[in-house]
Formats: sequence, C-alpha cells, structure tokens
Amino acid sequence: MRSSQAEAGSLLAIDVGSVNTRAWLFEVVDGRYRFVASGQAPTTADAPYNNVGEGVRIALDRLQTATGHLLMDANDRLIVPSRPDGAGVDAAVATLSAGAPLNVAVIGLLDDVSLASIQRLASGTYAQVVERISLSDRRKPEARLDALLRLRPNVVLVAGGTDGGATQSVHKLLEVVGLLLMLLPEGDRPEILYVGNQALQGGLKDALGRYGHLHFAPNVRPQLDVEQLEPAQMALAHIFRQIRLRRLPGLLDLDSWSGGGLKPSALAYGRVIRFLSTMYDSAKGVLGVDIGASSTVMAAAFSGELLLGVYPEYGLGPSLVTLLERCQVKDLQRWLTIELSEDDLRNYLANKSLYPGTIPVSMEELAIEGALARQLMQLALRKLATDYYPRLTHKGTGLLPGFEPIVASGSVLSQAPSLAGCLLMLLDGLQPTGVTTLVLDTHQITPALGAAAQTNPVLSIQVLESNAFTNLGTVISPVGEARPGTPILRVRMTQEGGQEIRLDVKQGTIEVLPLPVGQPGRLQLRPLHRYDVGLGGAGRGGSLRVVGGALGVIIDARGRPLRLPVEIARRRELYKRWMRVLSG
Amino acid sequence: MFAPVTHILPLTIFQRRRVLPAPGRVVVRKGQKVNPLDVVAETNRNPEHLLLDLAHGLGVPPERCERFMRCEVGAEVSEGDILAGPVGFAKRVFRSPRDGRVIQIRGGQTLLEVRGQPFELKAGLPGVVVELIEDRGVVIEASGSVVQAVWGNGRIDSGILAVIAGSPDELLATQRLDVRLRGAIALAAYCRDAAPLKAAADLPLRGLILASMEARLCPLANESPFPLVVTEGFGRIPMNSIAYKLLSTNEGREVAVNAEAWQRSSGSRPEVVIPLPTSGEITIPKDSATFSTGAVVRALRAPYAGMVGTLVGVQPGLVRLPNGLLTQAAAVRLEDGVEAIIPLANLELIQ
Repeated sequence: MRSSQAEAGSLLAIDVGSVNTRAWLFEVVDGRYRFVASGQAPTTADAPYNNVGEGVRIALDRLQTATGHLLMDANDRLIVPSRPDGAGVDAAVATLSAGAPLNVAVIGLLDDVSLASIQRLASGTYAQVVERISLSDRRKPEARLDALLRLRPNVVLVAGGTDGGATQSVHKLLEVVGLLLMLLPEGDRPEILYVGNQALQGGLKDALGRYGHLHFAPNVRPQLDVEQLEPAQMALAHIFRQIRLRRLPGLLDLDSWSGGGLKPSALAYGRVIRFLSTMYDSAKGVLGVDIGASSTVMAAAFSGELLLGVYPEYGLGPSLVTLLERCQVKDLQRWLTIELSEDDLRNYLANKSLYPGTIPVSMEELAIEGALARQLMQLALRKLATDYYPRLTHKGTGLLPGFEPIVASGSVLSQAPSLAGCLLMLLDGLQPTGVTTLVLDTHQITPALGAAAQTNPVLSIQVLESNAFTNLGTVISPVGEARPGTPILRVRMTQEGGQEIRLDVKQGTIEVLPLPVGQPGRLQLRPLHRYDVGLGGAGRGGSLRVVGGALGVIIDARGRPLRLPVEIARRRELYKRWMRVLSG
Repeated sequence: MFAPVTHILPLTIFQRRRVLPAPGRVVVRKGQKVNPLDVVAETNRNPEHLLLDLAHGLGVPPERCERFMRCEVGAEVSEGDILAGPVGFAKRVFRSPRDGRVIQIRGGQTLLEVRGQPFELKAGLPGVVVELIEDRGVVIEASGSVVQAVWGNGRIDSGILAVIAGSPDELLATQRLDVRLRGAIALAAYCRDAAPLKAAADLPLRGLILASMEARLCPLANESPFPLVVTEGFGRIPMNSIAYKLLSTNEGREVAVNAEAWQRSSGSRPEVVIPLPTSGEITIPKDSATFSTGAVVRALRAPYAGMVGTLVGVQPGLVRLPNGLLTQAAAVRLEDGVEAIIPLANLELIQ
C-alpha cells in the first residue's frame, strides 16, 4: 500500500538505466527535504539475469550500507511505507531507460503537419521510427502492409485531421492498421495510439477495438497551426510502461513499490526542466542535457512548454558503432588534442559499443570520450533544433538561443576528473550564447526529482534549491565577429564587499572572474564591436546580478560558432591554456 | 560485484535456444540429432501480400462482388485459379496471379497472402534437440569445447580447423590463405586489410576465426559468404591465451562456427564449438558469477586488452586512474607476471 507521497518524510527513487541501476534516498533534514545518499549496481535486465530485480536489490543493499538505514525486509522487498521502527521509506518512485528502443511506425496525413507532429512525439521517448506512412506514400497498400509485417513495430502512432476536419483520408490510412492487427498473432500485435481527429475515435473503437491494444489521446494537431504533444506524451509513456512491464522481468515489483508510477527516465527528466522554466526568466528558456549510454536526452522548456528529444542513436554505448554514419570522422577529430587516426577512432567506437560499461583508463582515452560527448551533444542539439525549428535558434543564426539555466547530467560529465574539464565539455558541446548559468547534476538525480514531482512537488523544489546540484558558474558567451586578440568586451565585477575587478576580454579567450561559491556580485558588461551578450541586442550592454559558482564567473569569448584550429598542436596548446584558466 | 562472463571451456555440456524471429513451424522432433546447418524451424519473415481489385477486374460494383466469389477466406489457391466470376456475357473471371492463401474478402477487394521464400532457422551447432518451443524453435544440447566470441557476421557453417596463426597476434597475410585451406575453418589472429578477406572468400573458406580486426572491415566481413567471428575486439588485440591454446591444439578437428550477432537480452553470442564426447572431467558453465580472489579474468580495454590474468583482490574503496577518474578496481596478476590495477568495469570472468 502506498502512503501519500505529499506527506512522505522519506522517499526512495530508483532508476534502471541501460548500464547502471541507481537508488537515491531523500529525507527531511532540518525541516527540508535533502538528498542523503545513493547506491549503484550494474543493471541486470539482460542475460544471464534477465531480471532487473537483482540490480535493484544490490543498489538498495549498497544504499543501506551507506546510510545504515534498513530499506529491505528479509525477502529483499522494499519496505514501503516505512515502519514505526524507522525501517523502510514512506514512498518510492521509479524511472526506467533500460531496454531496446521501441520500434515505432508513424502514420499521418500530411508529411509536414500530422506526420511531423507524431515524429516529434516519438522522439520524446526511447523509440526509433522504423516506418513512415502518409498520404504522399506512393507504395501500394499491400506494400505498406508488408513493410509493417516485416518490421513488427511495438507501437503504431496514428494522427491526422484537425478536430472537425478530414475523416475519409484518415480512414483510408487506418485500413492498413486494421489489416496489420488482423494478420498478426495476439502476442505480436503493436499498441496503437491514435492522436488524430477526435471525431474518428468511436469508429476506430468499433473497427479495431476487438483486437485490444488501442489507445487514445487528444489530437496532436487540434488545429492546423496548433500542436499539443503533452497529453499524447503521457499516453505514450503509459504504453512504454506497459510494454516494458511485459518484457522486463522484475519491473512489476518496482512499479508496485511506486504505486504504478513507473516512468520513462527522459519524461521525468523533462518534467524538471519544464518546472524550472516556470520559475526562471520567462524571456529565456531552460535547457537540460543528459548524456547516457542508451541515449542522449535534450529537453528545452519555455514558460512551461516542453520540447523533448530522446535520441537513442546518440548514446555513449551500443549505438556508437553507427556514429560515423551520422557524422564525419573530422567532426569527431576536431575535438581531439591527441593524434588519432580514423582507424583508431573506428576501433574505439566499435569496442566501446561492445562494452558500453567499460571506462577509459588513460588520458588519451579520456580525451576520446570527451570528444564523443561533445559531438553527441552537438548532434542531439541539432536534431532537437530541426525537430522544433525555429524555436531553438538564436535569431535564425543556427546558434543556441539564450537559456537560463542549463542543467547537465550524465556520468561522462558528473564523473569527469575536474569541474573545469566538465565545463569545457559543456561549453564546446552546447556553445551557449549570452548569459547563462551552467548547473551540473552531480548525483544524476534529475529524473528522480521529476518522478517525485508528480505527487510531492515540495520535495523536488527543496532538493533543487539545495546543494545537491553543482553550480559550475555563470557563463557569458558573446556573439559577434572580430579577429582573435581584439578586445570585444569590457567587464567590471563588483563584489559584496566593494572589491572590484575590471577586465578587457579579447576574442578567442576564456576568462574567469573569481567569485566564491554562493557569493553575489554585480556584473557590468560593455560589448565592443557590436558584440551581442544577450542583454537586448548587438552592442547593448548592461548590468546584472550574478552568484559565484564552483568556477567563479566565466567569459567564453572563443566565438560562436566555435572554430578550433585544424592543427592538433595548436589546439592542444589552447586547451591547456583554457584548462589552466578555468582551474584557477 | 556482478561480473560479465565469457565461456572458454575445453569440455562441457551446454544448451542453446534457437528461436525464430516470428511464429512459424518447428521442423525437427525432440531427441533428433542435428548438425549446424540443419534447419530446425522456419517462418515467413518477409511476408508478401497482394490486394486484388476484383470489382474493377470483373466490372461490377464493389458491393455486388461477393456474390461472384468462388473461394472463401482461408482457401489455398494456385496461380491461375479462378477467384471470382464468371460475370456478364463476356463471362469475365478473375484469376489468382500467384500461389497463395485468401486472407480477406471485402469491399470488392481480396487480400491474398503470397507464398514467399521462408526464413530458415539453422541449428547453429551439432547436438541433440532436447526441447521444442511451440511455433518458435528448439533447445539443443551439445558437448564439447566452447569459445565464445564478441562479434560475428551472422553466418553458420562447420568444417575442419586449420591453424594459420603462428601467434595470438600475427597479422593475417593473404599468402597464408592457399588452396590447401579450401573448405577449412581457419584460425587466424589479426586482420588489418581487405585483401585476406577477399582471398578467403575466393578460396573459399568454410569459416574464419579471428582474434581481432580493423573495424573498417566490418562491412566487407558482413558480405563474406562464410561465418567470421572475432574473439577479442577491434584494432590489434591478441587472442587471449586460453582461447588460442584451446583452438590451436584442436587443429584437424571438426568445428562449428555460429557467427550470429551478440544479443544482450538473450545472451546468445557468436561462438566456436568443437564437438567432443563427454568423458573425464566436465565443467558445466555458470552464466553468472562475481569477482573473487583467484578468478581468471580478461581485460576488456587498453592498456591490457585481451590479456588474461588471475584476480589477486578487489581494492578497497575507489582507485584513482591515470586519467583522474575514480572507480572500483582490482589487482590482477597478468600471465606475463605483471600485477596491474584494472577497473572492475574493464574486467570479465573467463569460465
């Protein structure tokens, strides 16, 4: 039985990733929720265990050892709600990213309307689109049917027609779905999620309801110029949960502990980003990036509207073997400060995809992983920007618009040997513009907070406000054109005690203004040569309040887009210099 | 800590599940002996359908079509069989264009499932069928030596093992692939170039076992007509000494190579099987294990990739690596006598 999460004094969050299973404990300390500790174990979804429960049990066991807090009973089951003697937890939440991406077929009327919307919908979860059907599809109906039979998608997303709009054309497209359900045996039938013209729901239930597997959500395009994905995202998350519960033994327990609330990790992650966008500057959005083994998640939110992209093709694990089909060798080599031939790079990617749980040992291998992280961020960001064009481009330039803050997660970032190295990865991979604060999810708890937020928003808010996250620093990234070495920005920072620092920042440099963690300061920026620092346009300066981060206040004047030297020796020199500056 | 396991066993009894990708038909019986290339089950993985516009063909309105049908749903038809008609003075008929089965008759149209080339699931190893999985496949039990690999090109075959690698990391040269190897399963070490693969296909070999190869050769390897497996990984990685010794000392024996891709969810891996009768000491492989002192381990990454050693002990707490990362690690005495500190994440057990 699940107690009310809103009254919970303690909450356990469990995330089953493709490589690692993690458990986090949150408790009320001095009247506020705090992150207490975590435990981790390899995920056991695959052979030989084929049961996620084993990994969950070990992660909980490690958490018990770390905290001295008894969490499991004699049968290795989570004690929820907590007992009078303090054993167990009051509530639990669970998130999941393990398992192969869902194979999804998308069927819509118009390529750039309904089909585009449901492709964006599919991109919001752990899925790969394996088949697309629309009115412009020239194949014979039986060819489309055979394609679907061959691919055996897990889910078919169907959209088309505004509410009150087209019905006949949608009916025509749906005929292949009916045939598919008829021809496939029960165990192989896909889940069908219909998110088109709502007037057709009744007819669909009559025609296809007998096969089961039919789900409905509000129209993703209720009007031609209106897209609403959120209700459909919830429905798709529900389907994701159902499919995973059927296919991954051991998940039923997790789902039961969380009161039936098992969620895709990415959706929970996006929930936090969306929530933050309602708290911060409404003129800017909030950006979240989570680089994992199974996927890279990009979440951008503007005043409560979430744009979510989950890209299994850009994970730091098994999908690496196909990375060079999506970008060129030189796109990866440009980030390296070591000589690495194309063959060595290909071999590295292939080996890492064979053993995604392994870690780099040498400096050279760490440099390769850093290059991969940068390139994956670039690719995922570009994909999100394409999917949601033109929301994610700075005045049509292709650069990132201003975000505040940017939240970053993923072991490659949180376990980087230095915060300076982590910050540089983010600055290179994301290339923020204007003024933004970079926040590191040190303990990778963002999805946990997103899962908890549904029924205990107070916990999520309080933990977000605590020191569970690392403020790397406020970053000012001027945008403009000038020769390297040209002064482009005059900076004056005044600290609380009146100390003043003045600096002329030159094009091509990184500068750090020392400001202790948590200490406020006043920053005055005067851009030169019509550089844009995000304070109202080219050449416009201004004054802003900043708070010191782990690395102070950073000015990244290397240019946007970032253009690094082609010669490795020169690049190496520059990175050494930048790391020295960032490391203080 | 849980340890991934790779099986390299000189003599064992083991079972393999062979399952169709879609429901189909099992064509062997329980207790039947099978060879690697024997078909154990089949299905139609590439279905083909035809949507026949009978109304248009007969020149009648769709709603009147059904009265002229000469077959029912589920009927098997042959090419040329009359599906509907005759209609009108001209006695128009609609004939089936292909052999198939009538799936649906509706709205003046008929959906015909056409018989295509079935997908045949092969046994993949020599053994005995010990279990039938209804509509999906079989479980085969076998005895002999097993060497699990990490990568394969999807093919299956068997033949006599010929050792052409003089050492575990010897570069495969085209000259070594001479006509004496025709029809053999060759044990080589490291393949750097396309030429030997092409020469192997020209011979042809019946199979190629490599320690490692350049990743850029994967597309060519995938096109090779024989099974190709890689035991260690990509780049120049010597074959681990246990596998090399096991395979090289079995030259002249019949071996089976199943190069099907590593499937994490089911645990099936590309592998080499040397069928042997079970006599003497047998090791039954465990699929799961933990790192413990004395265990035989293999390093998965540089700088010790492919090297085998004995686990001396798991280090307390976290260890700082040369690149600054903190992680759990173990002391491993490698076969060259060196004691190395290796992250646990970069080790697997050899059993």
